[in-house]
Amino acid sequence: MNGSALLPLLLLLSSLIPALLIFALREPQAVARNCINLTGAVVKLALVAGVLWGVYRGWRFEFAYELLPDVAFSLRIDALAMLFVTLSAVLWLLTTVYAIGYLAGTPNQRRFFGFFSLCVAATVGIALAGNLFTFFLFYELLTLSTYPLVVHRGNRASLQAGRIYLAYTVAGGAVLLVGIAWLYVLVGPVGFVEQGGALRGVSEELYPALRWIFVLLVAGFAVKAALVPLHIWLPMAMVAPAPVSALLHAVAVVKAGAFGIVRVIYDVYGIDLARTLDLGSGLLLVTVATIVYGSLRALQQDDLKRRLAYSTVSQLSYIVLGASILTPAAIVGALVHLVHQGVMKITLFFCAGIFAETLGVHKVSELNGIGRRMPWTMTAFTISGFGMMALPPTAGFISKWYLGLGAVQGGYDWVLFVLLLSGLLNAAYFLPAIYRGWFGRREGEWPHERYQQRLETKASLLVPPLVTAALTLFFGLFAGWVLSPLYWAELIAQLEMGR
Amino acid sequence: MSVSPEVWLLGVCALPLLAAPTVYVLGPRCLPLLPMAVSASVLVSAVALWFRFVEKGAWTYALAGWDAPLGILWRVDATSLLMIIATALVALLVALFSQEEEAAMGGSKRAVVFWPLFLFLLGSLNALFLSGDIFNIYVSLELVSLAAVSMVVLGGSVAALRAAMRYLLIALAGSMSYLLGVGLLYALFGTLDVGLLAERMEPVAAARFAFVLMAVGLLAKTALFPLHVWLPPAHSSAPTAASALLSALVVMGSMYWLLRLWLEVFAPIMPVAFAQLLGALGALAVLWGSAMALVQRRLKLLVAYSTIAQFGYVLLLLPLTQSMAAAAAWSGGLWLLLSHAFAKSAMFLAAGLILHARRRDYLSDVVGAASQLPMAVFALGLAGLTLMGLPPSGGFVAKWLLLEASISSGQWWWVLVLIGGGFLAAGYVFSVLKPAFRGPRGAAQFAPVPHWPQAVCLAMAVISVLMGLYPAPFLEWLALAAGGAGGGG
Repeated sequence: MNGSALLPLLLLLSSLIPALLIFALREPQAVARNCINLTGAVVKLALVAGVLWGVYRGWRFEFAYELLPDVAFSLRIDALAMLFVTLSAVLWLLTTVYAIGYLAGTPNQRRFFGFFSLCVAATVGIALAGNLFTFFLFYELLTLSTYPLVVHRGNRASLQAGRIYLAYTVAGGAVLLVGIAWLYVLVGPVGFVEQGGALRGVSEELYPALRWIFVLLVAGFAVKAALVPLHIWLPMAMVAPAPVSALLHAVAVVKAGAFGIVRVIYDVYGIDLARTLDLGSGLLLVTVATIVYGSLRALQQDDLKRRLAYSTVSQLSYIVLGASILTPAAIVGALVHLVHQGVMKITLFFCAGIFAETLGVHKVSELNGIGRRMPWTMTAFTISGFGMMALPPTAGFISKWYLGLGAVQGGYDWVLFVLLLSGLLNAAYFLPAIYRGWFGRREGEWPHERYQQRLETKASLLVPPLVTAALTLFFGLFAGWVLSPLYWAELIAQLEMGR
Repeated sequence: MSVSPEVWLLGVCALPLLAAPTVYVLGPRCLPLLPMAVSASVLVSAVALWFRFVEKGAWTYALAGWDAPLGILWRVDATSLLMIIATALVALLVALFSQEEEAAMGGSKRAVVFWPLFLFLLGSLNALFLSGDIFNIYVSLELVSLAAVSMVVLGGSVAALRAAMRYLLIALAGSMSYLLGVGLLYALFGTLDVGLLAERMEPVAAARFAFVLMAVGLLAKTALFPLHVWLPPAHSSAPTAASALLSALVVMGSMYWLLRLWLEVFAPIMPVAFAQLLGALGALAVLWGSAMALVQRRLKLLVAYSTIAQFGYVLLLLPLTQSMAAAAAWSGGLWLLLSHAFAKSAMFLAAGLILHARRRDYLSDVVGAASQLPMAVFALGLAGLTLMGLPPSGGFVAKWLLLEASISSGQWWWVLVLIGGGFLAAGYVFSVLKPAFRGPRGAAQFAPVPHWPQAVCLAMAVISVLMGLYPAPFLEWLALAAGGAGGGG
C-alpha cells in the first residue's frame, strides 16, 4: 500500500476523528468542541482540494482490505465520488458554522455535534465506497447516526418522527441488503466500474435474476431518495433542528439514496445492460409521479419547513429522472443537479431556520414584510427560490436545461412537459413566499423576536446562506469554468459513456 | 515461547477451578484482588494457546497421559480457542465491572459467594469448550449448570428463587436426556470420543435417536424455543453481573456443543427434514423471542428475551451446513455466538446500571438516561447493532454470511427470517433508546453512577463493533475448521 492509498482513508477520518473526539469531551467544553469541529471541516476541505487536482489529472486512489473472505472493504476515489465528497465537504463547513450559532446555549450539544460529524463521515464513506458492500456499510451507518439528530429535541413530535424515520430506512436497508447479498452470490464481488459497469458481459441466463435484483436495490435506495410512495418520513423529519434539516435532509441522507441509484445504474449495471434490460422506463414513471406529487403537496403546506421538504421530494427526483433516461445530456443534468439542488436547498433551509430562530416565524403566511426586517436573508431566499424555479441565470436553470436536452435525446419528449409543469408548480409555491416577504405589509409584532442588534441576525447564521446563495448564482453564471459542477458532470458523463 | 502448552491449558481450566474454593476460604480478605488476577491469568493463558495454535495448528491433549477411549481427551482447535478467548475476555470485563459491588451484585455481602461461583463457572466453561468426548461434555455441562443456577439464587428475591428452581429442574431434565443419548451411543459404537464417533458413525435409527435425545437436552439448556420458558425469569432476576455471564456465556456453552456434534458427527446421518425442522424451531425462536422482547415493559426481561431470538439465528446453521455453503454458514453462526456474547453482556451490564440508578428498570424509568448515563446508553446502542445485524458490528458480519449461505444453497426462506428478525430487533432496541432520548425531565431521580462501570459496558459494546471491522482471518480459521470436519453432506 503506497501513500496515495491513504488519501481516501484520510478523507473519511477527517470527520470520523472529530466525531470521536467530540464524544470524549465534556458538555461545557464548547470552545474546544467548536475548534475540533471547524478544524476537521477545514482539513477536509484542504484534502478535497488536493485530491480534486489529482483526480482532474486522471489519478485514482484506492484503499482496500479483505473484510470477509472474498468480500473487500474498499474506498476508492473517482470523479463521481469527488463530486459528492466536495459537495458535502463544502456544505459541512458552512453548516457547522451555522449550527454553532444556532445551538448556542442549548443542552446536549456534545451529542449533537458528535453525531453530526459521524453523519458526515458516513456520507463521505458512501461517496468513496468502491463496491456495493462498502456502500451498504456506510448507508446503514448514516441511518443510525441520523436518528439521534432527528430526535434531538426529545419531545413527542420528534420521537414520533424518529420512529417513522427508522421504520422506513431500516426496512429500506433490509431490502437493499438482500439485493446486494443476492448479487454477490450470483456474480461474486461487485466493484463499481467506471465505463461500462461491473456486470458487463454477464451471461444472459442471469438476466431475469438481475432484473429482480435491480428492483430490490432501487427500492432500498428509493426510501432515502424519498421516491413516492416511500417519502413519508422526510416531511415528518422536519421537526429536527434547522442545521439537520439543511445538511442531512436536503443533502446528505437524501442524496445518498439518489447517489446509490446513479452508482447502480452506471457503475454496476452499466448503460448498455441497463438499456438491454430496459431498467430505466419503470423508474422514469416513478420519478415523474414523484416530481408532480411533491410539488402539489408543497403547494398545500403553510409551514415553511414542510413546504421545503415536499419541494425536496420533488426536486430529488430530477436526479433519478436524469439517471434513468440513460442519455449523455440527461446524466449530466442528473449529476449537476445533485450539486445544484444541494446548494440551493441548503440555502432555503438556512433561511427558514433564521426566520424561526430570530423572529419566531414558522409559516409562509407569517412572512409578510420580513424582507424589510431581514433584507440579506430574504435576498438569499429569493435567489435560491428562483433557482428552484430554474430561472436563468441561476444554477437551477443549468440542471433543467440538460435534463430537458437529455429527455429529447432519449426520445422522451413528454418529459419536457413534466419539467415545465413542475417549474410552474415551483413558481406557484415559491413566488407567494417571496412576494409576501418583499411586498407584504406587516401588521403587529413578530411572533417571537429574539435578536435585536445592528445586524439582522447573528453573523454565524447569516454568512452561510449568503455564501451558498452566491454559489447558486456563480454556478449558473460561470457554468463552464473548471471548478463548476457542470464541468465535472460532463467529465463524469464522458467517463461513463466511454466516449 | 518455551513454556509448555500444558501449563496454559491448566491455566485456562484448572486454575479458576482451584481458585474458586481458595477464594471462598480466604473470604473478603482476598477480594476483589485474587479473582481479578485469576481471570486476567486465564485470558493470558487463552491468548498464549491461540498463538501456539496459529504457529503449530490444532492438537489434542490426553489429561494425565490417559489416551482415548479411556482417558479424558482435550481438543484444542480454532473453534474451541476462540470460544475460550471470548469467554475469558467477557469474564475479565464482568469482573472489572463487579468492582462496583452495589450495582453488580447488590451489595458487598454477596461478594463472598459471587466470586467463588464466578471462578467456578469460568473454569467449568473452559473445560466444556476443551472437551473431546461426550461424557466429559456431560460432566462439564453439569458443573456449568450448577454454577449458573446458584448465581440466579444470588438474586435473593422470591422471584429469583422461583426462577432458579425452574431453571434447575429443566437443566436436570436436559442432562438426563443428554445422558441417555450418551449411553445409547456408547452401547452402539463402544466409544465416547467425538473424533472416534465421527469415524464409526453409521446411518442407523438408534444413532439418530441418540442424537435427538442429546439435541433435546442441549436445546433445553440453551433455552431454545419451545424449551425457553425458564430463561427470561432466570436471567432477569439474577444479579446484574450474573445476568451478563448467564446470557453471554452459559447458553453459548451448550449451543456450541450442539453445533459441533452436529457438524462433526451427525450431519451426514440425519435426514434433511430433521435439519429443516430444527431450522424452523430456530426461526420460531427468532420471531417469538423478538416479539416477546417487543412487548416487555422491563428492561432486563427485554434483554433476556432477545437472547432467545439470537440463539434462534444460530440454529439456522443446522439446515445450512447440510449444503455447499457449509463453511460460510458455520463461520457466520459461530461469529454470531461470539459477538452476541460481547453485545449481550454489554447490554445486561448497561441495563443493570440503569436499574441501579433508578432502583427499577421499567422502560419508563429509562427516560432521560441518555443525558444522565451517556456511556451506558451509548453501549446499549452499539450493542444493539449486533442484535439488529446492522453494520458495523460482528452481528452484521454473521448475518451477511448466513444470508449468503441461505441464498447460495437455495434455502431462501431463511432470508425472510434473517431480515424479519433484524427488523423486530430494531423495534425492541429502539423501544429502549427512544425513552432514553426523551427530554431532560426526571433527570434528578438518577442516583449517581461512577464513570468506569459505564466505561466497561462501552468497552464490551465496542468489541462487538470491532468484530465487524476485521473478522476475515478468524472467519477463515473457522471456515477451515468446518471444512476439516467434513463440512456436512
